[in-house]
Amino acid sequence: MLIAVAMALFALGLLGVIVRRNMLVMLMCMELMLNGVNLSLVTFAQQTASAAGAVLVLLVFVVATAEIAIAIPIVLLLVRRKHVMDLGAYADLKG
Amino acid sequence: MSHAQSLMVALPLAGFLLNGLGGNVLGKRFVSFVGCGLPIIAFGVALQCLADLTAREGTPLVETAYAWTIIGGRSFEIAFYFDRLTAVMALIVTGVGSLIHIYSMGYMKDDASYARYFAYLNLFLFFMLMLVLGKSLLVLFVGWEGVGLASYLLIGFWFEDADKARAGKKAFITNRIGDAGFLLGMFVLFEAFGTLDMDVINGAFLGGPISAVSASLVGILLFIGATGKSAQIPLHVWLPDAMAGPTPVSALIHAATMVTAGVYLVARMSGIYLHAAEASAIVAAIGATTALFAATIAIVQTDIKKVLAYSTISQLGFMFVALGVGAYGVAIFHLYTHAFFKACLFLGAGSVIHALGGEQDIRKMGGLARKIPVTFATFAVATAAIAGLPPLAGFFSKDEILWFAFASSRGGSPLLYGVAAGTALLTSFYMFRLLWLTFFGASRMTPEAARHVHESPMPMTGVLVVLAVLSAIGGFLPVPHYLEPLLPLPPVPPELQHVETTLVFVSVALALAGLVGVVLVYGGTGERAARLGRNFPLLHRVLFGKYFVDEAYDRLITRPLYWISDRVFLRLGDQRILDGSLNGLAALGQRGAALLSRIQTGSLHLYALLVVVGIVASLAWSWRHG
Amino acid sequence: MADAVLLNVVLYLPLLGTAALLAVPSRREDAVRQVSLAVMLVQFAITAWLYWRFDPAAGLQFETRIPWIPGWGVNYQIGLDGYNLLLVLLTAFLGPLVVAGSFTAIRKDTKLFYAMVFLVQFAMLGAFVAQDLFLFYLFWEAMMIPMFFIIGIWGGERRIYATLKFVLYTAFGSILMLAAVIYLVYSLYASAGVASFAFADLYRVRLPLPVQTLLLAAFGLSFAIKVPIVPLHTWLPDAHVEAPTAGSVILAGVLLKMGTYGFMKLGFPLFPDATQLLAPVISTLAVVSIIYGACLALVQTDIKKIIAYSSISHLGFVMLGLVSLELIGIQGAVIQMVSHGLVAAGLFLLVGMIYERCHTRDLAAYGGLAAVMPVYSVFVALLTLAAIGLPTTSGFTGEFLVLLGAFTAAWPQYERGVAYPLVVSASAVAGVVLGALYMLSFAQRFLFGAVKAPHQPLRDIDFREKIILASLVVVVFALGIFPAEPMRKTELAAREFQQLVLTSRAETRVADVRGSPGPQRAPVADSASKPTIVPR
Repeated sequence: MLIAVAMALFALGLLGVIVRRNMLVMLMCMELMLNGVNLSLVTFAQQTASAAGAVLVLLVFVVATAEIAIAIPIVLLLVRRKHVMDLGAYADLKG
Repeated sequence: MSHAQSLMVALPLAGFLLNGLGGNVLGKRFVSFVGCGLPIIAFGVALQCLADLTAREGTPLVETAYAWTIIGGRSFEIAFYFDRLTAVMALIVTGVGSLIHIYSMGYMKDDASYARYFAYLNLFLFFMLMLVLGKSLLVLFVGWEGVGLASYLLIGFWFEDADKARAGKKAFITNRIGDAGFLLGMFVLFEAFGTLDMDVINGAFLGGPISAVSASLVGILLFIGATGKSAQIPLHVWLPDAMAGPTPVSALIHAATMVTAGVYLVARMSGIYLHAAEASAIVAAIGATTALFAATIAIVQTDIKKVLAYSTISQLGFMFVALGVGAYGVAIFHLYTHAFFKACLFLGAGSVIHALGGEQDIRKMGGLARKIPVTFATFAVATAAIAGLPPLAGFFSKDEILWFAFASSRGGSPLLYGVAAGTALLTSFYMFRLLWLTFFGASRMTPEAARHVHESPMPMTGVLVVLAVLSAIGGFLPVPHYLEPLLPLPPVPPELQHVETTLVFVSVALALAGLVGVVLVYGGTGERAARLGRNFPLLHRVLFGKYFVDEAYDRLITRPLYWISDRVFLRLGDQRILDGSLNGLAALGQRGAALLSRIQTGSLHLYALLVVVGIVASLAWSWRHG
Repeated sequence: MADAVLLNVVLYLPLLGTAALLAVPSRREDAVRQVSLAVMLVQFAITAWLYWRFDPAAGLQFETRIPWIPGWGVNYQIGLDGYNLLLVLLTAFLGPLVVAGSFTAIRKDTKLFYAMVFLVQFAMLGAFVAQDLFLFYLFWEAMMIPMFFIIGIWGGERRIYATLKFVLYTAFGSILMLAAVIYLVYSLYASAGVASFAFADLYRVRLPLPVQTLLLAAFGLSFAIKVPIVPLHTWLPDAHVEAPTAGSVILAGVLLKMGTYGFMKLGFPLFPDATQLLAPVISTLAVVSIIYGACLALVQTDIKKIIAYSSISHLGFVMLGLVSLELIGIQGAVIQMVSHGLVAAGLFLLVGMIYERCHTRDLAAYGGLAAVMPVYSVFVALLTLAAIGLPTTSGFTGEFLVLLGAFTAAWPQYERGVAYPLVVSASAVAGVVLGALYMLSFAQRFLFGAVKAPHQPLRDIDFREKIILASLVVVVFALGIFPAEPMRKTELAAREFQQLVLTSRAETRVADVRGSPGPQRAPVADSASKPTIVPR
């Protein structure tokens, strides 16, 4: 049951990353994916009665925080350049 | 072991180095002294060797200079060899050579490149001596190519004129084609005998034909080399053009010595030819054809040197006829006498040209007999000699050739005799024509030339006199008899023996007929000659145009060669196919990369999608193959 | 012992020279030039000493052997033997000539240029003296990099295209060679249980004939690109034309010999059965190179291209001699390698000299130079004659012995009496005639006739240029008149080469997997036994 929820969270997040064009929304969806993974890890930890899953969750928290700390300023700098939040405008690295 | 032969060879080489490196600095007198003196000393050494040879009753003198290289136990040596044949050749080379060097002192007196001229002349002498003194085909070949080089340098001596330079190149290339055949012949011999030593090879054939090697094949291959060097059909085209060089060069190289190298080669390898009937037949046939061919061309030429050039080709043809019927000693005899009278003729022509200040067209000469008497007298003697009037030298040697062409049981036939006799008639005719048009009749000279006419200086006339005397009495030297132990005369069927005296009379008659013919045609106003020219225009054009052989070679060989090299090899092969495929591969690479780079759209969505697709695919794969 | 150290000195001297150059300030160009020349002269002196000390009967000498990567059997092993002796001497001899010849030609980045020349010298010498396959491959690849820069920086207009073509073409071959090297060493390991890259060990590997053929093709492709053999030659004209004079001299003088050396040291001896099988094919390709190269040289208008195509023609003779498997042909090939190195180097130096004066390589722009530059013309004539193979020059020694060897070639796989050697030599002899034709046509238009040249009046060659050319000409004639001494030193190697290539080393066929015995080939005796035919 909880696994299903976790999978749903992950799937929704993945879908959002692929489909949505707004950069902040994409970041939020990536957070969703991470949380889905967290939930599944906790569930597994509880089911197998081992602490390893819980430890991993802590690791994921830290990584996610660090990632957001870098990602938001990047988005900020990009938007300051082009004043547009839409990801389609940022194709400078093509070719 | 004495070092006489090495000394003989080294002397002209020293002359080349001294004159070549220091000549310009040290002045004309030094150059003359060294340039003429060293060949004269070489002649002395040759006489000394002859004396030694006679003392040993003909046992050859052998000298090994050093080993050129040793491979797999087989040694290629630079060695010299002096036997009767070598003696005859060496004396001609050094003797007539020295005379021509002395003549050149006068002829080239005013030329700016005096030192270079004598350097080249000495270089030629060095290589020619290597050729005749060589013990193995290797040494002979070194000399062979070397005289080709010297000839190239001397023909193109006045190189500021592009045409003259081109004549030199033509000579070298034509010789090279002959050399290709020569090389192949050498290889066949080496493979069969493991050595290039001529003595060993001839000795191996003494007992009869050898199964390991086809004597005829070798004979033909070596003869191809001889055709190149001795200007026989089909490689004769370089000799007339070679007249672009200074006249003494023509006398030395293209009359007396270099062109006779082919005759010497065949005579030296007589051991092979004795057992190569087909090859000998080819030699005789080509010799006869060339002789007639060249003689017909000579009767209409108007340049004094060109007439003599074609005459040389023709006389060389005679020598090859003699070789082809097994009369090797007789061929050498004719080589000997020919050296005398042809050198005299060429040098005489040089004297005429010198006297007229450069004129070479006989249509613009005439009436010179009284103005340059010494030149005239010597020229007349030499002309009579070549025509075959007794008792001059040419009579004896030519008569022997005609006799063996008819009677030799190794290939003599009436047909061969007929062709040779016809050539003898033409020879007499065109030579007397030359004499007549140059020296007799009314003067057709331009006024400047007429004013300029003077007898040549002492070095030139002195040599002319010596050569004329030799042309007169040279026939009394018993050369074939001297060479008999080495080069036996061919057997003659007994039923033909009596014809010999008849043929002698026929020879004399032919010579006189030529003279009479000239008087008839060109005597008086020369109007009969002009009429003949008008009545046979086509024939005249063909003969004057040398049967258009040069043009045929150009159309059939030279131009297609260049065309193929340019169109097929370069443009089609190299540029379109090879480079095209290379550049095409590179273009392929670039286009492929351009195609692949279309994935880099810069759109993060696409990248994310691709990442997900990749993950799903790998998961699925690992699940399948788990 | 001391000599072995000296060999290492010879090898590393260019590297030390590069270091020394770094110490010289770039502004002092004359100092740069003098230091470079000094280093090269010292290298040549030591090499000449080693040549003089070389013992003809002793095989591999002055050896240094230091374990490098023991796990793979890689050693730092170098030495001199009859194979590389003359080539090392040639490289060292051309070194000072290259440096001195570039004094007036290279004006910018002089220090970098000479550093690059040193690096090339180092790599080429290394490839010659290496006795370990890993080391050899390393140096082989290393040669490319400095050459890339030499052509790419100091070259002519299309230099980028030319240098890229050159490097990529060669690299392609090298990759295939690498694969073959790995397979070969692995075969040795699999069969003998010992991992080794040493030549001496690799010569004993036994491989089935199809495998040998494939490996020979892989090695051969790489070497054939270098030689070059038609149709893999198209990089050469472009590389030569665009390279600076020194680059052309290094390229023609030494680099092209790498290919033939590779065949002689590696390609043929490592795969004897394949070589014997393919001998007619290789000699046909050699003859094609000879004639095709000569025909193409006939119709060129760029002077450097004429000499480039003549190189293709001359090296065809080398291949012909090597594959004849006759001692005479093999020795002839060795001499022809050296001769071509000298003659081509000389011709390129001459072209460089006239280019510095007139800035054009178009033959049509020149004429009658013999009248205005007499000393220069003498050298042109002498080197032209050497290229033609006139007796008394090294060209004759090489060509004559090669042709003689090719004619008497007896390949064990093919019956004697077959007309093939005759056809081959007849065609090769045609190459001799064509050689005279294109070289003399070139000399004719260049030296004789009416005087024609840009930037007249032209000054004749100065003392430095005379010394450079005179040294080359003297050696050319020395090799032509007295070739006995160098050939004595290489004879042992030539015999060894012949022995290695004529001794069959194909694996015996094992029985068919299905149980019934397959076609059995009688086990071939140990490779150290006598060869299948008696060499002449």
